[in-house]
Formats: sequence, structure tokens, C-alpha cells
Amino acid sequence: MLEAEGIYVMREVASQFERPVLMFSGGKDSIVMVHLARKAFHPAPIPFPLLHVDTGHNFQEALDFRDNLVNEIGAELIVRLVQDSIDSGRVKEESGPNASRNALQIVTLLDALGEFKFDAALGGARRDEEKARAKERFFSHRDRFGQWDPKNQRPELWSLYNGRKGVGEHFRVFPISNWTELDIWQYIMQAEIDIPSVYFSHKRTVVERDGVLLAESDFIDLMEGESYEDRVVRFRTVGDMTCTGAVESTAASIEEIIEEVSTARVTERGGRADDQRSEAAMEDRKRRGYF
Amino acid sequence: MDLLRFSTAGSVDDGKSTLIGRLLYDSKSIFEDQYEAIKRSSRIHGDGQVNLALLTDGLRAEREQGITIDVAYRYFATPKRKFIIADTPGHVQYTRNMVTGASTAELAIVLIDARNGVLTQSRRHGFIASLLQIPHLVVAVNKMDLVDYSQDRFEEVVGEYTDFVHRLDVENVVTIPISALKGDNVVTKSDAMAWYDGPTLLHHLETVKVGADRNVIDFRFPVQYVLRPHQDFRGFAGEVSSGTVRVGDEVMALPSRKTSRVKSIVTFEEEKSQAGPGEAVAITIEDEIDVSRGDMLVRMRNIPTASSTLDADICWMGEEPLQPNKLYNVMHTSHTAQAFVSKIIYRTDVDTLHRQSADSFSLNDIGRVELVTSEPLYFDSYRVNRHTGCFILIDPDTNTTVGAGMIRGVAKDVPAVGDDSRANLVSPNVVWEGLNIGRAEREAKNGHKAVVLWFTGLSGSGKSTIAREFERRLFDESRHTMLLDGDYVRHGLSGDLGFTPDDRAENIRRVGEVTRLFFEQGNIVMCTFVSPYRKDRAFVRSLIPDAQFIEVFVDADLAVCEARDPKGLYAKVREGEITSFTGFSAPYEEPLEPEITLKSDELSVEESVDVLFDELRKRKIIS
Repeated sequence: MLEAEGIYVMREVASQFERPVLMFSGGKDSIVMVHLARKAFHPAPIPFPLLHVDTGHNFQEALDFRDNLVNEIGAELIVRLVQDSIDSGRVKEESGPNASRNALQIVTLLDALGEFKFDAALGGARRDEEKARAKERFFSHRDRFGQWDPKNQRPELWSLYNGRKGVGEHFRVFPISNWTELDIWQYIMQAEIDIPSVYFSHKRTVVERDGVLLAESDFIDLMEGESYEDRVVRFRTVGDMTCTGAVESTAASIEEIIEEVSTARVTERGGRADDQRSEAAMEDRKRRGYF
Repeated sequence: MDLLRFSTAGSVDDGKSTLIGRLLYDSKSIFEDQYEAIKRSSRIHGDGQVNLALLTDGLRAEREQGITIDVAYRYFATPKRKFIIADTPGHVQYTRNMVTGASTAELAIVLIDARNGVLTQSRRHGFIASLLQIPHLVVAVNKMDLVDYSQDRFEEVVGEYTDFVHRLDVENVVTIPISALKGDNVVTKSDAMAWYDGPTLLHHLETVKVGADRNVIDFRFPVQYVLRPHQDFRGFAGEVSSGTVRVGDEVMALPSRKTSRVKSIVTFEEEKSQAGPGEAVAITIEDEIDVSRGDMLVRMRNIPTASSTLDADICWMGEEPLQPNKLYNVMHTSHTAQAFVSKIIYRTDVDTLHRQSADSFSLNDIGRVELVTSEPLYFDSYRVNRHTGCFILIDPDTNTTVGAGMIRGVAKDVPAVGDDSRANLVSPNVVWEGLNIGRAEREAKNGHKAVVLWFTGLSGSGKSTIAREFERRLFDESRHTMLLDGDYVRHGLSGDLGFTPDDRAENIRRVGEVTRLFFEQGNIVMCTFVSPYRKDRAFVRSLIPDAQFIEVFVDADLAVCEARDPKGLYAKVREGEITSFTGFSAPYEEPLEPEITLKSDELSVEESVDVLFDELRKRKIIS
């Protein structure tokens, strides 16, 4: 049912827009999205490219996985680097121990959308992830500056999606809006979808900061009193390494992950340092064009 | 696992957010960090206890105003079922959001504060649930803890609401006394209300039948996208809206009306032999016929209605008012056309259900209109098929969605409320010359106006008895009268008809036309027909000027009717001699807004006749 809804939305996008693109991060949600897109257009190839906005702080496992997948299904992949936006002076890198490129992605993303004149960007965001997302539409209108106005959203009724827009405007489209984290995992198991290895339990060198376990990497500076240690962990989301926290876990298979997720007492975003900055952290970023 | 989508609606203080928070919390769908966050927040906002409502009040603007302002979707699951909640605000201005949330819901929870009883907003929610054809309604009487868990109070509130719900088109209504704050009867059974032996709210949500709104009969497949990976494959991608299709079935493409057979039903995993409602597939057909997005595949002998004039209920959602005769884009299934509103029949006051005349609709108005589309739409009535009976209107100037529509059928030229011109259903090539002597002249000569009293009710409810006595008294006062009774008509005019829904409709259509002739002759016309279907009665109403049509609902309990059984029909039903009988094997749709309701098990025949005389005097039909 959720699967059919996702496929339906993807087909609407292919029909209603001239230049759609699928936002691909290498995370499990966007992998499910790619799977749905393949199903929606089978036996034809996916009729739009994939776009990866690379913060430069990605897990190598996720990048390798991305390249393999794209190869295997013969999709077109576009990569745009946040580093390029920094080098060209479009954005300024945050400094300090909690520096993150999460917010910088917005500019790189909007630039990429403009460069290719994409008029619809398919994203794997889900409404259950965070409070501000609970009111997001399937077809989310963005003005010419890529901004989202929570008070001025189009009503969305039945399965009639209105993708009409003015010049320079675009849409963000979220085909898996109604899925929960558990739905994603159950679907990955049932459809036998491959995912990057970092989702499964493994030994990793991490540092604990504000209750979040961050993986050792070149992008993290240790603060006073902090030290790296080895823990058995897995990641519940795969994003920018500077703010994606690991959880201690021995779940080494999809079944074990589902068992863990069903009994989890912390949301997957709870492991993300950026959301803890303030109660309305997500809403602030969304207004400016974040996914 | 099953998935149930339900909507919740309640007034600002009915405790809706608390209820949802309670469902999430008690079903262990809240995570620790979310709970910690609202605990922090509860302290900041100054409530003593942890405020579960904060779990659902998403956006900052709402938190500041303390009300929810948009539809928010929530998710939870129990071992039995998954749930999607469309949480819609109950504030006066937000009919739009309520309609949006209701459009995908299979069940609606209407919350009523036990202390305040039924407020206009509770009625509004019920009306919208009925308009959007949500099959299940739950009336949750909340804050029972504040009325000492009183059974009397609960029943009082329920009684009040039931009276109202009877006027609506909702099939399944369940009432549950709860306290969202304390948790009584939400997830666990309340010890404080031993007198209540029904299900808890969650138990009901887990067990209510899902898919009740699915149409499994009429195959409809709107084509979303054409797949053409290479010369040898042309597949039509889409979701089966209703019905089923099998390989080899003969199908027709609309609007071309070209036919072919289904060659294959393709999915990523496999080729299927059949596909049913809600399945996303690609269909290939044997012949090369032109099919593109916006077209529809249907079965040859079961095609939807095609018309470019529509009779529809719409909810206006635009900031700018509806402009009659302005061209809007209409999205219907995967098809887009242009449309304008040619007539506003009425606006419904959603709090009182009164129909008012209107020149335009503003934000949150709901009413009935006629539309003209630039090309025919292929539709079913919304009652029969939610997928092919709904549409949205888009303002081409702003590209925003400004209207949500539910199709009743082909426009019948129903007169607008406040407009006295009448409907003329005409056969082609017939010129309507008008009557030789007009009704006004006849009325002047008769000394009273013409009127139609349409008596509807179950067999044995007392329609004929009351009407006969009423006619006798009118006649004795030298009024011009005519009584049309179901049994007479069935012997002659409609002797060729049976009791299927179609035959019943045709019977009423004939009677309606005859009634109109007697009416034009200046008579006081009484019609006594079971007439179980609302749409049939609405048709007759459409023939007669509003001020001169009186629907009389003769209301008696089925048990009372059966006990009376004047014609011995109920006995025959019990013995299986009659198969299609209203009240048993055939439905009776009670009038939504009868001008008069006569409770024939409470009023004597004399008293009932007096009520009717009063009505005629009030309307200045007779002096």
C-alpha cells in the first residue's frame, strides 16, 4: 500500500514535470527511493538522473555503494561538491569543534537545481522523522529562492497532486512521506534491497560528544578531555560524518535491525547533533531550503 | 499488515492533541528523546504535568498561538495494525484542513467535550465526514473524568449527537466515553466506567473493517504514464482505482472508445494474471490503439459516465473567492481540463446544515454547484467511487489548489436556492410551449396555491393513513387535491417495473413527472412512496419550486412498522416470499433535511394532520 503510493507519486512526477531529479545520498531512504523508481518505470529505465550533493564528509562505504548501485542499474549520476561551493566563495565553512557542512549543502543543492534547470527534486524525507516534517506535502512547492512557507502550502486531497508552478519555481517531492523508519526496514528486508555496510554492527573508533557517538575521521577535531575509543556500533542514518551519530549495537542482519528498531526508545534523528541545537532547528533549516 | 488511515477533529479545547499524544504514548510509539523534549517544553510553557499535546503541535507558529493550524500526519503501529493519523485542527476557519484530512481517511474521530456537549464544531466534523464519505465515524466523548464518569451525562451527549448524525449519510457510528488525559478507555479499559461495555478506542481502531470504501466492481484504470522502453513494448502505467482486471479481458480506452484485450499485466517482479484496487502496475494491450496520460481503461460493458456538465459538491479552499464563469483547471484522475462554475445551487451552512442562496464561495465555504468542463470527464459519482468521483480545481493565475469537488452526477439543471425557475428535462426535438393556462391563473381561481407534499418512510410507517385523512379534510374545505399512492402507480404507470435500485429510480422519475403535471394544475398533491433513495427524492424536489415542495418524513421504528404490517408484507418478508424489501434487504436512506418529520409512533393521525395544516398556513399555501 505504501509502496503503491510511492510508485504512484514517482509516476506523477515523471508525467507532470519536464526535468525531475532524484536526490540520492547513499542512505537507506534514498536507496529505497531508487528501488521504487525502478519499479515505477520497469521495464523502462528510470527517466531522470540521480543527484548527490556531497559534503565531502561521507562514509567511504556509502560512496562505494553509491557508485556500484548506479553502475548496476545504469542510472545517470550527477555529483556536486560542497567543497566547490566553499572554494568559489558561495558559502563560508563553519569553524569550531562542532563545525558541520550540513547547512552549507543548501547552497550547493540550489545551485545544482539551477544549473540543470531541474523543476522537481525527489527526496526521501519522511513525515515521521521530525515534528516539522509532519505537515510536509507530497508535492512541496518552493519559490524562486527555494524557500518553503509552512503557512502557505497547497492543500493536498485524495491522490490528486498539483504540480503546477511559475517560472523559476520548483517542487520538492516526497514519495515515501508516509513511511516510518520501521516501514523502511521491513521493506528493505522484504524486497531484499542491499544497503551500505555501515548500517550493520561493526567495530569502529568513535568519540562521545554530548551523548552522541561520532566516528573518527579527518573532519573532526577532538576537544579537551575527549579521546577516541573502539566500540561496537552501527549507524541508523548515513549522512555527514561530522554530525551523524552511531549507536552501540550488535545488530548484524536486517532481522536484528528490525528487532532493534521496533524496541528502540530513541528516534533515529536523536542521533543527529544538528537537531539538538534548538527545538525548532529543523523548521529553521527547512524554511531555507533544506530537505 | 493492515493500514488504517483516520482523521481526528475536535475543537480547540476538546483535547484532541492530548488524545493523540495518549494514543502514541500508551501504544509505546513515542521515543525517549521525543518524550524528553516535550518534558523540557512543558516546563518552559508552564504546565504542571507533562503535556502530551506538545507531541503533535508541530510548527512553531502553532506553539506560540497554542492551536494547530494545518493538517499534520502522525504514525503509530500496534502488533495488529499500522495507523496514519491525519490530525486536523478544529478551529472555525479550518474547514479546508478538515476536508483535506478527511479525503484520505477511512475513519473519523469526532471529539466532544463531555462538559460542553455537542458544539457547532462537532456537527461540522460530522457533516464533513459524511460529505467526504468516510465509512466509519467514532464519537469520542472526552473528559469523562470531569463529569465524574457519569453514564447519564455520556448518554445525554450521545443522544444529542445521534439525533444530528441521523440527518447525515454515515453508515457506521460508534460512541466511546474516554478521558484522554487520564487514559480511560483509550488504550486500556477504564475501571471508573464499569457501566461501559464497549471497546476501547484503540481496540476499535484495531478491529474496524478496513477497505470498506473500496469499489471492487467497476474496473477503472486512469493512465498515468506511458512506458515505451523500445519498439516492442508499450505499457500503460497506473494504479487500479477500482475493480479488477485480468489478462485477456476486453477493455475499452476512453475517450477514444477503441477496444482491445489485455495482453499482460507487468510489474517489476513478475507478470501478473490479474490486478485489483490499489495495485500499481503497467498494462499492455493486444492492439496498437492510441492511449496517453489522462485516458482511462475500463471494461467494455461497464463504463463510467461521460459528461461535460457536472453536478458536484465543492469545498472552496482559495484565499480568493470563487468566481463563477472564471476558467479554472480541473484535475480529475490523471486527466486535466478546464472548467467553470456555471451555477451555484446553494451554500451549506456547515453548522446548521441549512442551505442558503449564494453568488460566490469564499475560503472554507461548502456547497453544491454545476460545472461545465472544456471536454467530457469520465466519472462515477463520488458515493460509488471515491477515486473517479473526486476532483480539484486549480487557479491558473496562482497555480494553487482552490477547490475540492465531489461529483454527484451529470448536471440536472437543479434550480438554485432562491431561484424560482424550474428544471426542464427535455427529450431531443421537443419544443416546450408552456402550459396553455399558467399555474398562477389556476391558483388564483382555486383560492389556494399549489404544493407537493412528498411522504417518505418505511412500509407501514403510516404515510398513506395520514395522507388520506389529510386529503379528506382538505377536500371537505373545497381545496383542489390529488393523492398519488405507491400501490396505484405500481398497478398502472409503473406496472413494468420491479424493485431493483434502477427500477425504483425510474418509478420515482415517472411519478415525479406526473406529480409535476398535477402540481401545474394547481393542486395540493400528496405523494406517498417509500422512496428509499435520497437521490430519487432529490430529483422530484428539483422539479418543483422550493417554497412549494414539502418533504414529509414519516418516521417510525422498523419494529413498530413490522408490528402494524397493514398489508402483510413484513410477514411475507419473514417467510422469504419477498426478497428486496426496504428496511431488510434494501436500504432506506433517511431524509437529511425533511421540511417535516412526523413521529408516527408518538403522534396520532389527527395530530399529524394538524402539523401539516399548520405548515401549509405558515407557507401561505392556504389561508
